[in-house]
Amino acid sequence: MSDVILKTENLSKQFGALAAVDSVTIDFLKGQVHAIIGPNGAGKTTLINLLSGDLPPTQGTIKYKDQDITTLGPHEVSMLGIGRSYQKTNIFPEFTCLENCWLGAQSRQGSSMRFIKPAAKITAIRERAENALELARLTHRMETPASMMSYGEQRQLEIAMMLATEPDLLLLDEPLAGMGTEEAGKVIELIKDLAKNHTVILIEHDMDAVFAVAEALTVMVNGNRLKTGTPQEIRESKEVQEAYLGDDEEDAA
Amino acid sequence: MMNRDIFIRAFTLVFIGVLAIGPMLFESYYKELVMHMMVLGIFAMSLDLLIGFTGLVSFGHAAFFGVAGYLLAIVTPEAEPISIFISLPFCLGGAALAALVIGWFSVRTSGIYFIMITLAFAQMLFYYFNENQDLGGSDGIFIFNKPLFGWGETKLLDLDNPDVLYYLIFASLIGTYLLLRTILNAPFGKVIKGIKANEHRTQALGFNTQRYKLVAFVLAGTLAGFAGYLEAITTGIVSPGHLHWHHSGEVMMLVILGGMGTLFGPVLGAFALELLRDNFQDMTQHWHLYQGIFIILIVLLLPNGIASLANLFGKKQEVPVEEAATEKEEQKS
Repeated sequence: MSDVILKTENLSKQFGALAAVDSVTIDFLKGQVHAIIGPNGAGKTTLINLLSGDLPPTQGTIKYKDQDITTLGPHEVSMLGIGRSYQKTNIFPEFTCLENCWLGAQSRQGSSMRFIKPAAKITAIRERAENALELARLTHRMETPASMMSYGEQRQLEIAMMLATEPDLLLLDEPLAGMGTEEAGKVIELIKDLAKNHTVILIEHDMDAVFAVAEALTVMVNGNRLKTGTPQEIRESKEVQEAYLGDDEEDAA
Repeated sequence: MMNRDIFIRAFTLVFIGVLAIGPMLFESYYKELVMHMMVLGIFAMSLDLLIGFTGLVSFGHAAFFGVAGYLLAIVTPEAEPISIFISLPFCLGGAALAALVIGWFSVRTSGIYFIMITLAFAQMLFYYFNENQDLGGSDGIFIFNKPLFGWGETKLLDLDNPDVLYYLIFASLIGTYLLLRTILNAPFGKVIKGIKANEHRTQALGFNTQRYKLVAFVLAGTLAGFAGYLEAITTGIVSPGHLHWHHSGEVMMLVILGGMGTLFGPVLGAFALELLRDNFQDMTQHWHLYQGIFIILIVLLLPNGIASLANLFGKKQEVPVEEAATEKEEQKS
């Protein structure tokens, strides 16, 4: 379990005078669920955006499986096997669930610069997309347009689209955001399932969920990494309690 | 839903049927008008690939139409015809190259900037041809010989015969439609539709969206060049007006009024607006006024374009699937 799959070194992102992420160094271990927590504005989502290539860092490096991916764009990061889901639902609303998962599956099945053969006839893509829907427990919604589904189901679809690319490393940005207890329970089960054979980096505000699934935790405050450790260590850490858990009660509610 | 499909099928059959026997039905004036409408249909479909399917609102699409026409005028010798098998690839290649250069810069921008940059490039080309006295300046340039459909002494088709030319354009219209539909159903088509629906997510799923947008832009530009080539053959003259922003705006109007993202809608748009123009032009010199009223009415009454008239015969099937899914849900819980 000591294999480092993803490593950031002195990673920084500056927005004008604001250091949203300030010289952050973290090792993410292969096979672990590593949660990143911290109050609003701590720079968690910015960090994920740096890891996924959505934002270029101002300073520092990111290494994935010993490859420097610091300057890669989102499509290149995705092709290396890093999948991400978004905090704000980021789906194709007018497409059906299957079509939503189609593109992710298609990107792994040879070049898409193909102009003649109907995509629908490429069964490998269909199987892959259907697999992703099954993993995310949306098989019964296959032909439903995404915009006609409940918010919770759209969040599940968000994860299914990422799974269709069959990534090794999952970046989950607040997968439970805005969900009711029952829906959230489903997604927590799903994350536990995925954790069995994926490395997961998870941002989440729901502390019960975090402590239920995480094997490692990093606490961020004001763009800085405050502490990394096991859930036990984090729970007992004085500085974390002062900086974060203290005012989390209202935050989590 | 059944009715809608039957209506679309019946309408398509009648539409293609009438066009197929066109030369027997129409006298020469209307034959030429229909040829012009079919060329415009090809032009409009090519723009629909960008606006309706990729989400790229190009306001300089006439540039490629005009470039191909001018290239034909340039390569056609004064005394003899040039083989279509040489001039067509040459002109399409030129349009493709122009689209590659303009597209390379343009796809880096989006939204209003994309509209402006495509417009600016097209106007640059317009002024180039407008000021170039060797190419007839603002008067344009004649093409004295229609291309030879064959090699050397062998002539497979006689393009000087209006009926033959009519069928060549008719076949081009059908061919372009089938080609675009094939592309749209292929993996490439899936990606550009994804770009239109949500470019950011398409990128995050592993696609270099800029590259796909550029390829779509070049494809569309090449097909616009094809339309320009056919127009140049038919009329025997190319003028800077072919590249003017009025022309880009007109074809955009055909796409929007016809129905974006439907392929056949823009063709209907081309036929409807040209017929209208032709009728009003005879009746009154204020025909632009009536054309304007027609456009306003369509936009107000048919926001999804003329193609959405088919919805009068039932909506696209979508709702029953949703109901079925909900039922399953309910059974579960």
